[in-house]
Amino acid sequence: MRARLGRIAPAPDAPLARARGISSTGVTTPFVYLDHAATTPLDPRVRDALLPWLGERFGNPSSRHKAGAAAAQAIDAARGEVARAIGARREEVVFTSGGTEANALAVLGGARARREHGRHALVGPTEHACVRECVQALAREGFEVETLRLDARGALDLEHAAARLRPDTILVAQMLVQNEVGTIYPVRELARRVRARSKHALLHVDAVQALGKLELDVVDLGCDTLALSAHKAHGPQGAGALFVREGVVLEPLVHGGGQERGLRSGTPNVAAIVGFGAAAKLAEELRPRHAHALQTLRTRLVEGLARIPGARAFEPGAPHVAPHIVALLIPGVPSEVRMHHLEELGVVVSAGSACQAQKQSISPSLLALGLTPDESRTLLRISMSRTTTPTDIDTLLTALAQVEAKLAPPKR
Amino acid sequence: MKLPIYFDYQATTPLDPRVLEAMLPYFTEHFGNAASRSHAFGWTAEQAVEKARGQIAELLGASPKEIVFTSGSTEAINLALKGAAEMYSEKGKHIVTSEVEHKAVLDTCKHLEQLGYQVTYLKPTKAGRVTREMVEAALRPDTILVALMWANNEVGTLNPIREIGALCHEKGVLFFTDATQAVGKVPVDVEADHVDMLCLSGHKLYGPKGIGCLYVRRKNPRVRLVSQMDGGGHERGMRSGTLNVPGIVGLGKACELCRTDFDKDLAHAKALRDEFERRVFASLDYVTLNGDADHRLPNNSNLSFSFVEGESMIMGIKDIAVSSGSACTSASLEPSHVLRAMGVGDELAHSSIRFGFGRFTTREDVDFAVEQVVKAVKRLRELSPLYEMVQEGVDLSTVNWQGGH
Repeated sequence: MRARLGRIAPAPDAPLARARGISSTGVTTPFVYLDHAATTPLDPRVRDALLPWLGERFGNPSSRHKAGAAAAQAIDAARGEVARAIGARREEVVFTSGGTEANALAVLGGARARREHGRHALVGPTEHACVRECVQALAREGFEVETLRLDARGALDLEHAAARLRPDTILVAQMLVQNEVGTIYPVRELARRVRARSKHALLHVDAVQALGKLELDVVDLGCDTLALSAHKAHGPQGAGALFVREGVVLEPLVHGGGQERGLRSGTPNVAAIVGFGAAAKLAEELRPRHAHALQTLRTRLVEGLARIPGARAFEPGAPHVAPHIVALLIPGVPSEVRMHHLEELGVVVSAGSACQAQKQSISPSLLALGLTPDESRTLLRISMSRTTTPTDIDTLLTALAQVEAKLAPPKR
Repeated sequence: MKLPIYFDYQATTPLDPRVLEAMLPYFTEHFGNAASRSHAFGWTAEQAVEKARGQIAELLGASPKEIVFTSGSTEAINLALKGAAEMYSEKGKHIVTSEVEHKAVLDTCKHLEQLGYQVTYLKPTKAGRVTREMVEAALRPDTILVALMWANNEVGTLNPIREIGALCHEKGVLFFTDATQAVGKVPVDVEADHVDMLCLSGHKLYGPKGIGCLYVRRKNPRVRLVSQMDGGGHERGMRSGTLNVPGIVGLGKACELCRTDFDKDLAHAKALRDEFERRVFASLDYVTLNGDADHRLPNNSNLSFSFVEGESMIMGIKDIAVSSGSACTSASLEPSHVLRAMGVGDELAHSSIRFGFGRFTTREDVDFAVEQVVKAVKRLRELSPLYEMVQEGVDLSTVNWQGGH
């Protein structure tokens, strides 16, 4: 998709044109945006769905009058859409302010609610910072935390996981799709082992990168909780959800008011939740077609990268990799340098997760995946979405080839 | 006239069209993740976030670095109370608050009590006010935090924040104020008011839902908090998670408008509220004002109509959207904990209605509301044997009602 920065002269079809990458004025520089794992552009249909809730439909869903009731009904409908997208029941979806809060509620709230059954927690080797840091907080609270292991191929070591599960294990947190390299982890197989060995354990799955990209079915996955984020799937920032299987007990993180069945107090972000509902519906409707298209784009990208000297796609856990994320290793300059060259040529990628970018440190996940610190510093993440076109990929490949030619030491 | 007419500005406010206009580009062309430090999409988002931080800080007399974005006031309250309690637990485990706080404060305090903290819940005056003397009497050597609302969400009573803040600073105790209802309606200056932490919410001041912030003082004293939502290290490590950029832009713009339109908003709401009350009191007897007539939000009117039951009253005036208590507790039919703490009897508490006046309330709206209220109360009182007795001169307080049948 070509997204453009800068203010754009209003055109009647501007949002749609922008989303399709059609330049309406031609005055600003078009960008090929390939950082969809950080955030995705809002789908114009989602935008249309949420806008009325920023306008005349402004009621507080806790208010017992018509304006309030309309908002409450809209949230309920969105809850149904999100539930449908993951094979859950409506009552099992709790809205949060985003993926981070959903993960925190499951990890912190799940472990704290199970103290009497044990204090042992297992965490995936390459979790997002929010899960990793929540688990560290648990360790400070007196929980015993162990990290799961990867095998030589970069896949989850299920035998090791099975051996670490104990009767007093009360939490297992394992992401579904790795946010920096795209590995898909065998959550279903892990769930079977958890059930067999640790009957008090809550199995939490961070599926933030999976919505709209993989088929999601919480029953099939066998997890107890599952975190989602709207803005990673063409929904708005400021809304996320936690699937909480019926009967699963969590200690709330936010007290007061008792909204969301007491699990998440505070006036809900009605417009964003309505947008999330619309985004989840679209994600599920469009997924079969776009998952296939993404796979084709991914192949095109990986094959193209193979033609760039020194470059290689880093695909731990292959063939179990998500269709939208490609991690790229090219020795030489740090990823920031390469990114800036690419950006000058109109292509936006990233050097790993946005949250990690903020900390300007090496991602622990990449080290866990067996990369050296030097290799980690050169990693580029190219992430796509349903708005990505073959032309976008070709533009990236051409730009990358140019950058490499520029960065290569002069030939004698 | 489009019905029902909205008089529930304390529950939530409509988004100001100027706020929406500011937000819209961040839904579409500027959709970047503010944490994407490495490319222009991220920078654009980050710049917008920093601009909003400045707009909010200016309204509060704070520095932009002291603003921590949250998903709203409830989360900000949880962060302030739990984060401070955890951080300063070695200094002490005692917290002072009041019985009339919002549920977010009360429920969080209850949670802290379960964790071993001790909480003093001050009983306010009959007008719902907490005084400096009450706070001073409650302070102990192990008190780490005083948490009091600036303005009450049901009756609109204003606490003497500056006096209490000065006391807290004299005694070296942190002072948090829930200013959700106050910001934009009363002047706020965290320096002059000696406030260490303050929360506000976008949707109470013509901004969007799903966004709020916590002001956290950075010097004299420097307040430190333990994060309640770990991961990613956004917001100085106090609150992680991808920032809600359109929401933040909206909150910033809403705060800017609260500052620029302050006098106009204040005069407008107060004039309409006063006009409403004057006419209601002129047309009906046995109407009680709940709250503090001298220290009250300019946009709030909480009235009890004797001999009229609250729910029937709400149904009787269904063409105006009002509340019979705070929105968060209105799903229960229990009388308001605020009115109870103020010593208002259950019967009067049940017949209380909260009216809110705001930027978009018109004089015609007020005319309509007065007409509806007066008509409904008169009609319901016609059905009330008690009202009839009072009209006949019976003093109800002398009647010795018998329990049972």
